[in-house]
Amino acid sequence: MEILVCVRRVPDTSENEIELNSAGNDIERDELVYSINEADNYAVEEALQIVARVGGNVTVATVGSEDDEEVLRREMAMGANHGVMISDEGFNGSDGHGIATILKAFVEKGSYDLILTGVQAEDGAAQVGGMLAAMLDYPFASLVNSIEVLDGKKLKVSREIEGGNKEMNEIDLPCVLSIQTGINEPRYVGMRGIRQVASVPIPTFGAAELGVPANAVGEVAAKVKRVDYFIPTLGKGAEILHGTREENIDKVLELVAAKGGLK
Amino acid sequence: MAHIFAYIAHKGGAPDDSAFELAAAARKIDPVTSPRAILTGWGADLDAACDTLSASYPEIWKIANEALAYPYPNAELVRKALLNVLPSDSIVLAAHDHFGIDLAPGLSIKMNAAFVSDVLNISGVEGTDLKVLRQEFGGQVSAHVCCDISSGAVITIRPGAFKAGEPTSGCGLIVDKSGEVGGLTAGRRYLETVVAEAGDVDITKHNVLVSIGRGIQEKENVAIAQELADALGAAVSCSRPVVDAKWMEKSRQVGSSGKTVKPKVYLACGISGAFQHLAGIKGSPFLIAINKNPKAPIFQVADVGIVDDILEFLPELANKARELRSVAAK
Repeated sequence: MEILVCVRRVPDTSENEIELNSAGNDIERDELVYSINEADNYAVEEALQIVARVGGNVTVATVGSEDDEEVLRREMAMGANHGVMISDEGFNGSDGHGIATILKAFVEKGSYDLILTGVQAEDGAAQVGGMLAAMLDYPFASLVNSIEVLDGKKLKVSREIEGGNKEMNEIDLPCVLSIQTGINEPRYVGMRGIRQVASVPIPTFGAAELGVPANAVGEVAAKVKRVDYFIPTLGKGAEILHGTREENIDKVLELVAAKGGLK
Repeated sequence: MAHIFAYIAHKGGAPDDSAFELAAAARKIDPVTSPRAILTGWGADLDAACDTLSASYPEIWKIANEALAYPYPNAELVRKALLNVLPSDSIVLAAHDHFGIDLAPGLSIKMNAAFVSDVLNISGVEGTDLKVLRQEFGGQVSAHVCCDISSGAVITIRPGAFKAGEPTSGCGLIVDKSGEVGGLTAGRRYLETVVAEAGDVDITKHNVLVSIGRGIQEKENVAIAQELADALGAAVSCSRPVVDAKWMEKSRQVGSSGKTVKPKVYLACGISGAFQHLAGIKGSPFLIAINKNPKAPIFQVADVGIVDDILEFLPELANKARELRSVAAK
């Protein structure tokens, strides 16, 4: 099975406190630790496990720039056969529709049975997989948390629905699936593994190679644009306890008892 | 202004809770025109849901087709059905849940419309731009987003974000659009629903929950939370990253894709406070948050917050709780 996994490099929220820059129009990006988008990493692991069972190849692709090459290398170190950089100045400022348009052009240059994306990235939009499927007229399933290959023509997949229940579906190939975190246990990648793939060439595709018209992508085509970032205030905010640890512990136990907790 | 439609899911003949939230969202886009409800399904359940909605929506478009029968309609079929009946340049609202995530992005492509998802609030329309409020980075940052709705839009709304308005009294008109749909086929077929396993501990039955998140850092540290829970007579629950990492069973997960709990006291330990997690906490428990990141979104919704490392704080808390118990027992 030929599998394409679309991945993205994002600021790692478990490693960073996200703060605004001094102008207040973007997050402070200088000191951020970046990593592969968590759901995308699960998608690559799933692709590798499918190929281990039924044969085939895994290609990881990202729409980005030079800085994003590190996540392709990381996923290649996990075992992906090919890494592809999709990069062009004209792609900058693309919205979800623009990214899906670029990926569609790339998909049509190759021949893939299965295309995986992570369910969502740091913007929480959960959009590119479903858009790509519609553009390609492929079937689509979101929030996928298990995949079984039934034969060369179809898969059995489960979707995560409310209350931890699973919706089982049969889906025809080729198709697009958006992968939910927790579907598997992604393998560990060490520095040594990354060094081993350090010199493997990563081809770059731009707008001209893909035949993407300049007015269909990038900022000019984006219908959806972020205006600003700000730090939200949702509720009234917690009363923060500023005591010593011992004082805070006493206060917590007092509160738990007062609110009907301890018996 | 284009026509606004609210796609409303239903179950067992009852419209989803989002029905009134979507109506409230629609009124923020256009305060003058009432939105139309649009429902797909089959049989008595669909009819009952449409009847119920006629008390609060002035017009309901009904699409009855056996291929769209519940419990779980196929998003690809629903998309095809909607495309056959929606006027061009429509604005379609849907809930940002497992069905909306399946349906909405592809629908926007086929409508050639703008798409914006998981919207928390709507500022209004200026010219052809709709300005909305979203969150990024798991709720750590908010963003205003402008969306060009001149050729229509598909917008998913975060469940619970809009206060459901008072139902308008009156008698809504049910318009049967079933005849305009035609044949429906899809490359995906629903097989069955597998119900979640019960698990060893029922976290929905406890008054006090010690709930752990990514901050617990590794599987071995779950024991720290268990010791505290034992000392408090509580149970240990968790947020999604803990289950994803296979540190706890799925049956312990609180959230929209896990269990809904109603404890009296909820200790959120190393939990950032993503909305999917908060959606599983009902009944307004007293929420105590302990997190070493002072900017964690959980502090915005908690009653009391402590900025500290849970790996150090929880064991000391457990010790003190045990001391109190043994004193009380004497």
